[in-house]
Amino acid sequence: MSTALIQLAGLTKAYPGVIANDSISLDIQPSEVHALLGENGAGKSTLVKMIYGLVKPDSGHMQMNGHAFEPSEPRAARSAGVAMVFQHFSLFDALTVAENIALGMENPPAMRDLAARIREVSETYGLPLNPAAKIGDLSAGERQRVEIIRCLLQDPKLLIMDEPTSVLTPQEVDILFETLRKLKASGTAILYISHKLEEIRALCDTATILRGGKVVATCDPSQTSARDMAELMVGGTLATPTAKPMETGPVALRINALSHPAPSAFGMPLRDISLDVHKGEVLGIGGVAGNGQDELLAALSGEMATKPGAISLNGTDISAKPPRIRRALGLLAAPEERLGHAAAPDMSLVENAMLTGSVRENMETNGFLNWSAAKRFADHIISEFDVRTPSASNAARSLSGGNLQKFVVGREVLQNPDVLVVNQPTWGVDAAAAADIRQALLDLAANGAAVIVISQDLDELMEISHRFAALSEGRLSKPRDAAGLTIEDIGLMLGGAHGMEVAHV
Amino acid sequence: MDLSSISLTLLMATLMVAATPILFAAIGELIVEKAGVLNLGVEGMMITGAVCGFVVTIETGQPYLGFLAGAAGGAALSLLFAFLTQITLANQVASGLALTLFGLGISALIGQSYVGLKPERTPDLFPEALADIPVLGPILFSHDLILYLGLALVVSVWAFLKFTRAGLVLRSVGENHDAAHALGYKVVRIRTLAILFGGACAGVGGAYLSLVRVPQWTEGMTAGIGWIALALVVFASWKPGRVLMGAYLFGGLDQLQLRLQGAGVAIPVEYLAMSPYVITIVVLVILSADKSGAPASLGRTFHASQ
Repeated sequence: MSTALIQLAGLTKAYPGVIANDSISLDIQPSEVHALLGENGAGKSTLVKMIYGLVKPDSGHMQMNGHAFEPSEPRAARSAGVAMVFQHFSLFDALTVAENIALGMENPPAMRDLAARIREVSETYGLPLNPAAKIGDLSAGERQRVEIIRCLLQDPKLLIMDEPTSVLTPQEVDILFETLRKLKASGTAILYISHKLEEIRALCDTATILRGGKVVATCDPSQTSARDMAELMVGGTLATPTAKPMETGPVALRINALSHPAPSAFGMPLRDISLDVHKGEVLGIGGVAGNGQDELLAALSGEMATKPGAISLNGTDISAKPPRIRRALGLLAAPEERLGHAAAPDMSLVENAMLTGSVRENMETNGFLNWSAAKRFADHIISEFDVRTPSASNAARSLSGGNLQKFVVGREVLQNPDVLVVNQPTWGVDAAAAADIRQALLDLAANGAAVIVISQDLDELMEISHRFAALSEGRLSKPRDAAGLTIEDIGLMLGGAHGMEVAHV
Repeated sequence: MDLSSISLTLLMATLMVAATPILFAAIGELIVEKAGVLNLGVEGMMITGAVCGFVVTIETGQPYLGFLAGAAGGAALSLLFAFLTQITLANQVASGLALTLFGLGISALIGQSYVGLKPERTPDLFPEALADIPVLGPILFSHDLILYLGLALVVSVWAFLKFTRAGLVLRSVGENHDAAHALGYKVVRIRTLAILFGGACAGVGGAYLSLVRVPQWTEGMTAGIGWIALALVVFASWKPGRVLMGAYLFGGLDQLQLRLQGAGVAIPVEYLAMSPYVITIVVLVILSADKSGAPASLGRTFHASQ
């Protein structure tokens, strides 16, 4: 089509050992919201980086409005009208909102005029922002507003958004969509990358699905079911985790009025958290990152000692017990950060298996380590959880994020815990592996363990939890039965939209 | 003991001279650290600057050429650091320490045959009539061009970081090099330029030591001033104004303790000699209790992986 805003033809980019993009062609029309779908490693990021001028294609052509478009650097792409909101925000914590925005503009006006324009644009689109505020003090939703306004100030023709909703509450997502629809109405094309298929069905006009660096399908998302799109992404049928009906057992873990000051300057205090978790149940804890998830996990795992009486396991007070004792008693935890917290990046999988498994799997006697037992345990995890690695002696760092996540969760699940606490068990894991991990957690609960799943992925929590509680500003809501909860209910439990309002234009 | 022999006017005049080497080195290092690079080689770059400046002044009889040579010497050594840390991605702490040891060694080698010589005097900027004004004259008008340049440099660096786009880009690179790279700024190039600037400043500071402050060449004559400059940047919370204050505080205490020694105060010389270091750091630690922190990417190696 000659009217296309952007035309990509045969774009190819190879890295040593992998073809990230293999002859990709797609068109984006003005005023079109175009979704880009695919598993981790399908080549979405490489593709948008080429459009934004961060990566040079090995071969292929790009055209904008019928003219050759070959940005050699982001500056050139920006001046041609391409703007991008990054997945991991590209913001500077110590600088102000106005300074951050100036850094992303080609010819920024003087600071005073810029501040006035930021106010003007942010009010037009219902995204209130104070230009003089420091980024470090803002919430995730507010940071995203900064990124979006930085793009809007340049009147982009094409706005690229990489996983924009992963850090937002449902209400914030609604407001973002409202803003994007206004933009679409004013003629801006949007290239929208997301894992969340329901969002794409609600927002996008066209979807291009990538798998293994190739375009495998183009479809109209409003006419295609989420399941079909997921199967196109995975290239196979998708097993949905099935939960057995829960039989409530006795209380396994009791948290009683747990309060704790913030452990660091950017941490969150825990405020009066009370909770009973029963044997055989999966309790989901939802919430936007930074609302006390890490602190709650640290308090439960034993990394952070709490006041006496706050946490008891099977009736014993364990508040002052360190992690190893808690492990011996049957309380295991898998933290969110894979590299450096859940696993030691430069140690082998065998060593990593030893690190948390030694207490429960009899891998040490009188202070001496039994490496052959650790090797057996690591091999057991690898075969049981389908961890793709050449061998158990490979360093944890060398595994892809999804594979390491399977290892880290599997390591805890296979130690037969009485209580397992996991934070973001499927973060950055592709759909098939995520389904396996969820199934393993459900099976663990069915065999009588109590499982606490802390996650930002509400769909995941709805799928596997028996009960659901929300964590907001370090406070935990009363748990409610997950069956019958709507996304709106959850949004309100999470603390609503943090002062955002719908666009005025 | 005769404290009345200490003239406050003269003390003020000499403390400015004593503070200038530290001021140059610290303001240069401030720019380097604002760009996210921790260069522990300040001492080595200073002493290289000191010997280069001294040698060129002796050979040409031109002190200003000497200062240029000092800047060039410091910058040349910092270029080595830039190559190690920005191109070969070596560890910054280890490279900086090596730079200091290398600088001390090579300066001793270059300066071997210049020990004991006296360099051409650096001329004062203002005519003697101004310098003869009572009290104000010796303090404000009896110095050389380089000292005033140092003061101007502090103001320029402050304005550069606060008001210019280039300064904003430099700070952004130091705050979050991945984000700066994603926005299309050339992280390695900006950092290399900052390192060169820091090296040149340290070199001028060193040359001031051997040409004005002492003025003589002796091996290892920086005697830890480079380390004080490094500490100053941290405890000044990366603020040019506080760097100036810290440098003058150190210079003042240094001169005062010399005079107290001269006046025969009944405190052992060792305590007096260490007092400027201790007091300067204590004062700056107290001042740095506010929340302004280090550049977030300070000391981290940047690699533009895709």
